[in-house]
Amino acid sequence: MVKFNRFTLDNGLRVLVHEDSTTPMAVLNILYDVGARDEDAERTGFAHLFEHLMFGGSVNIPNYDGPLQRVGGENNAFTSNDITNYYITLPSANIETAFWLESDRMLSLAFSEKSLEVQRNVVIEEFKQRYLNQPYGDVWLKLRPLVYKTHPYRWATIGQTIKHIEDAKIEDVKAFFKKHYNPQNAIMVVGGDVTTEQVKELAEKWFGNIPAGEKYVRNLPQEPAQREERRETTSGKVPLNDIYIAFQTCDRADPAYYPTELISDVLSRGNSSRLYKSLIKDKQLFSEVHAYITGSLDKGMFVLQGKPVQGVSMEDAEQALWAELEKLKAEDVLLEELTKVQNKTESTMVFAEMSLLDKAMNLAYYELLGDANEFNRETAKFLAVTPSQIREQALNIFRKENSSTLIYLAERADGVDEPELSEAEN
Amino acid sequence: MTELDRKTPPQFNGVENINLIHPERQTLVNGTKLFVFNSGEQDLVRIEFIFSNLRFDPAKPLMNVAVNTLLNDGTTTMTAAQIADKIDFYGAFLQFDYGYDNSQVTLYTLTKHLNATLPVVKEVLTDSIFPEKELATYKRNQQQKLQVSLQKNDFVARRLFNEAVFGDTIYGKAAQPEDFQSLNREDMLQHFKQMYQPANCTIVIAGKAGAEVIAAVTNTFEDDWNNTTAKGDTNQPEVKSAEERFIYKEKAGALQSAIRIGTPFVKRSHPDFPALQVLNTVLGGYFGSRLMSNIREDKGYTYGIGSGMASFKNAGSFFIASEVGADVCKAALTEVEKEINQLKADLIPDEELSLVRNFMLGSLLGSLENVMSHADKFKNIYFSGLGYDYYERYAETVKNITAQDLKALANKYYDFDNFYKVVVGKY
Repeated sequence: MVKFNRFTLDNGLRVLVHEDSTTPMAVLNILYDVGARDEDAERTGFAHLFEHLMFGGSVNIPNYDGPLQRVGGENNAFTSNDITNYYITLPSANIETAFWLESDRMLSLAFSEKSLEVQRNVVIEEFKQRYLNQPYGDVWLKLRPLVYKTHPYRWATIGQTIKHIEDAKIEDVKAFFKKHYNPQNAIMVVGGDVTTEQVKELAEKWFGNIPAGEKYVRNLPQEPAQREERRETTSGKVPLNDIYIAFQTCDRADPAYYPTELISDVLSRGNSSRLYKSLIKDKQLFSEVHAYITGSLDKGMFVLQGKPVQGVSMEDAEQALWAELEKLKAEDVLLEELTKVQNKTESTMVFAEMSLLDKAMNLAYYELLGDANEFNRETAKFLAVTPSQIREQALNIFRKENSSTLIYLAERADGVDEPELSEAEN
Repeated sequence: MTELDRKTPPQFNGVENINLIHPERQTLVNGTKLFVFNSGEQDLVRIEFIFSNLRFDPAKPLMNVAVNTLLNDGTTTMTAAQIADKIDFYGAFLQFDYGYDNSQVTLYTLTKHLNATLPVVKEVLTDSIFPEKELATYKRNQQQKLQVSLQKNDFVARRLFNEAVFGDTIYGKAAQPEDFQSLNREDMLQHFKQMYQPANCTIVIAGKAGAEVIAAVTNTFEDDWNNTTAKGDTNQPEVKSAEERFIYKEKAGALQSAIRIGTPFVKRSHPDFPALQVLNTVLGGYFGSRLMSNIREDKGYTYGIGSGMASFKNAGSFFIASEVGADVCKAALTEVEKEINQLKADLIPDEELSLVRNFMLGSLLGSLENVMSHADKFKNIYFSGLGYDYYERYAETVKNITAQDLKALANKYYDFDNFYKVVVGKY
């Protein structure tokens, strides 16, 4: 149970406070309700590039990191397709420094050309390091546009192409800031060794006079239901073949989210899971295999991914994955198996309460979903899922006409012999 | 109402007291050492069973790690699947971690399920049988995973660097894909029996660990778990570094090059270690470090660059690591050299040094997030043969070391020409 208090400033900034006096530290987490899905199709990767620029100095404070490090603090941020999240941890005695820094960059950035130029390069190197210069690194650049034809989820957070990042102009940066970075689009959570009174006072002092700005009204093209099986084959300089089967699933707010998440646990959480036992241990068809959901705010993805053992054909590998899905559609999961994944979820939630930063991030995220209190009801929702709900979702999701299959073949390179390559190319 | 001054930073306070939780200590009748950190609100515990690795045999580089990993794969009475079913059913987590010095098994469990999960650990530690079928699966899958990792430039650079610095020892000699083939069950069983013994075991409990938790652990692991005469040798041979200082592995078509630069170095137990951590932080130990400010934030050559110190039982290293654009690899190395030499030539300005002091103390305070972090701090000193006065000395050094001291240390320990330099990609 994570307790909190909540208030809203006149300019629309939502503030949550989680008091925890067992730590000498404090956390200030700000979630901005903007992600890669809010980008223009011609300027992808911008939300993430912008996150980098948020560290390039604000209107009154030329250097963001230095003053924070000086008071013993650390910070970081991440961007997803849905949100951009910034956080600071520091000794609670210095919490005001966090308010000072975060409020100034919500007020306005320095918009320096030098910072833009350098961060463009840094992000291009990040693009290379994580997506282009890694074995299988480009999978998500290929899989997303296969699953999504209309919704902006069709591009990855890093962007569709390096070109979009190279082309970013300072005017774009300014317009993006004006549109998304204002109090109405933000949720702030302060946690740790603080009091609600103290946070109220500091929030009023530092954030109270930031103009409310215009409310961004999101109106994204929604992804239509998929009606045909999709398939793509690609290859790269990788040592092993790899297979991905992705399905469209519900959005995060849908009650079906809970059984869907538990299906992925039944399939691949831990060494007692179905895919691990059946495909890795018993049938020995895969060297690794995973099932997971993206849990995104709009229509999500359920992904199966596996690397077949050398010598196993891609057809056999794909069939074996489907056989496991068919089983979920044909028979209810045993109550014991369901209880197992529910117990795992329950203990994971208890373990998550050991981390102050995790608690703060979760409160902000659930507040964005509608109500931070739902975080405390999450376990109960998972525990309420029944075997028939699992089967209903399996029937709903695992249909050929709802599937996108990406076959990633190993190119012959570095003397690695790949006997089934010629066969698969036919 | 007065105008808010947004230009001047708010007043701040230094970190004064850092209170570390010390463990309760016990030795079980069979010689197992037990350390207990009892604190926290949540009804859960982490219990670590830590064993010193056996002496490294370069002909069998996988022995320690393979035995550790396959503890999960079957005992006389339980199959791998049954172990997994039982642990997962109770929402617990059982982890097997291999490190250069120690291998360990860690149980995370809600305290209410301790009586169901603890016997599984006992069985795994005392009665593993390494079934042939599981071993065959392990060999094939790990070999495949290694093939994938060997395509990653940073992975290859780290291996080449460790090999150069640490030579033919457990720290330096990495396994090749074909080494998996030579693993056999008899060797592993023998290794298991020699290594996983009470006198070679340290148990660390962290969480809500009251009297009943301690009693459960003590009773389980004192009962019928005895040392045998075939005790393994846990000493490791001396480290001998390579002669060649520049190691380049070209990768056609690489967009980035992984670089790793460094040298054999003092260990945590050396009196200079805390001061060298301050120097390392200035150079590459935090986001605002000189390497990051110059090579990422000013030049944009990389997504990230950092430096660090690794301290093991028998060896230590200092290293700088990054992945940089292939076209700017030489330029990046030149900048690294410049930064090293500047630390030797000039005093670190007061403002920068005071920032680093505060950052390091705040970071130490922040690293004590929960009772498990307190246990981790203890393991750092315990396995280096140090006491809690190490952290007092560390904090004092961070607060008081002078720019002159740091310059002298840079001259004593940093010699760019003599560093090992590994480049994987293009140069």
